[in-house]
Amino acid sequence: MKLHAHLAALCLLATAGASHAADPNLGRNLAATCANCHGTNGNAVKGSGMDALAGMDKAKILQKLADFKSGDKPASIMHQISKGYSEAQLDLIAGYFAGQK
Amino acid sequence: MMLMKRRDFLKVGAAAGTLASLYGCAGGSKSSGHVVVVGGGFGGATVAKYLRMWSEGGVQVTLIERNPTFISCPISNLVIGGTKTMEDITVSYDNLKSKWGVRVIQDDVVAVDAEKRTISLKAGGELSYDRLVLSPGVDFMFGEIPGLNNAAAQSKILHAWKAGAQTVALRQQLEAMKDGGTYAISVPKAPYRCPPGPYERACLVAAYLKEHKPKSKVVILDANDDVQSKKALFTKAWADLYKGMIEYRNNSEVKDVDVASNTAILEFDKFKADVLNVIPPHRAGDIAAKSGLKLINNRWVDINWQSMESTSTPGIHVIGDAIFPAPTMPKSGHMANQHGKLAAAAILNMLSGQAPNPEPVVMNTCYSFVDHKNAIHVASVHQYDAATKAVQPVKGAGGVSAARNELEGKAALGWAKNIWADMLA
Repeated sequence: MKLHAHLAALCLLATAGASHAADPNLGRNLAATCANCHGTNGNAVKGSGMDALAGMDKAKILQKLADFKSGDKPASIMHQISKGYSEAQLDLIAGYFAGQK
Repeated sequence: MMLMKRRDFLKVGAAAGTLASLYGCAGGSKSSGHVVVVGGGFGGATVAKYLRMWSEGGVQVTLIERNPTFISCPISNLVIGGTKTMEDITVSYDNLKSKWGVRVIQDDVVAVDAEKRTISLKAGGELSYDRLVLSPGVDFMFGEIPGLNNAAAQSKILHAWKAGAQTVALRQQLEAMKDGGTYAISVPKAPYRCPPGPYERACLVAAYLKEHKPKSKVVILDANDDVQSKKALFTKAWADLYKGMIEYRNNSEVKDVDVASNTAILEFDKFKADVLNVIPPHRAGDIAAKSGLKLINNRWVDINWQSMESTSTPGIHVIGDAIFPAPTMPKSGHMANQHGKLAAAAILNMLSGQAPNPEPVVMNTCYSFVDHKNAIHVASVHQYDAATKAVQPVKGAGGVSAARNELEGKAALGWAKNIWADMLA
């Protein structure tokens, strides 16, 4: 039980900042909201013209999203969508896609 | 934990999330159980694939779908406009079977027994489930338009609001129409499937007629008091591209039809067309409507936004167009796909004795073509709000295109390829 409690503390720590009592799969779930356009787990259909996010560096994804949010990077739609997510959520999303193949 | 009974689990209450995480970071032990999904459209195909993918094959999934292949409503207006074919909007269920291990049964579900947790198939036999997902789309309330309430009338005055044989038939009616003829499309009162869809169809029919039958007219008979989606962009397209060709009439609800003369009967007026395309009002698909689930306005299923589970009937989740939508949420294929993922995540948690994610997020992207190449969009993000117990649109996020453009026409086709793959590949 002690080990379990320790593991639990680590788990909670890992998701802290996202929210209280966050679901351990929050990053996966949030990233799935992007998959309609960017492909399942970030593997966009080749030749579809959509950015494939799987395996992209986390910092690079976060920078793109920040630029969309601020308007620094011109966009047709991502400036509107990125504003719908909190910084903590975008961090989880970027982390999830960076970890995909 | 997995053997914990539901009532015990409920007693744990608010501490459930923390307790659950005692059993590992990755969402606890691998979920198991049998989930039956009814309907293989944008919602049902997505939930089936994601349940298999996220449970790493631990959860058995049976998908029951009446059609042999998936045919997409989005992009089907391009088939009606003549620039895409049925083949372009048809996708096989083969990958769901062979790649994801979903058992796909081509049949209809005729009854649900929520107590016994079984469903009955039209071809005979029952299936038992641990959790059931209904993604039945919509069915039409033909009784609201008495003259349309028979098969012969429905084969002449088409809706083409479910992609398939009617899509092909409407295209044929337009091809057969004389130059100088009138095509009329009716829009039911909101909420209805695909809010911008009728206006997109008017544009694409007009684009075809402008090239091939330029003396023809397109009339939109809208039961609503105004254009329901992307109003400024659509009205600009009508003025710029189809001046004198597209006529928009608000507050023009079709109350009945005279089938012999192809006439729409409005409250104070009549309108005769050469091709009359009536989209009747609709409600949750039959199986949801007749399974004893709590409905709102006697039409749409009331669901819990953390799990997509029916508020009245434990163990049954409902997704897609059949639900009573959250504020400003459209009935769209994109949104049904998002419901499917929300439901898949919640079901896997619940099957392993954990509470669903308390803060789900869904988003919508919807492209509409205004001619063969140019498109416009509307987008929104909806975050769970504990006070209203619903997902609410994020203020300051989302919006519409600055102007119609060809880049978004390409994006619309790219969107289609990716969402079809996200469901079915």
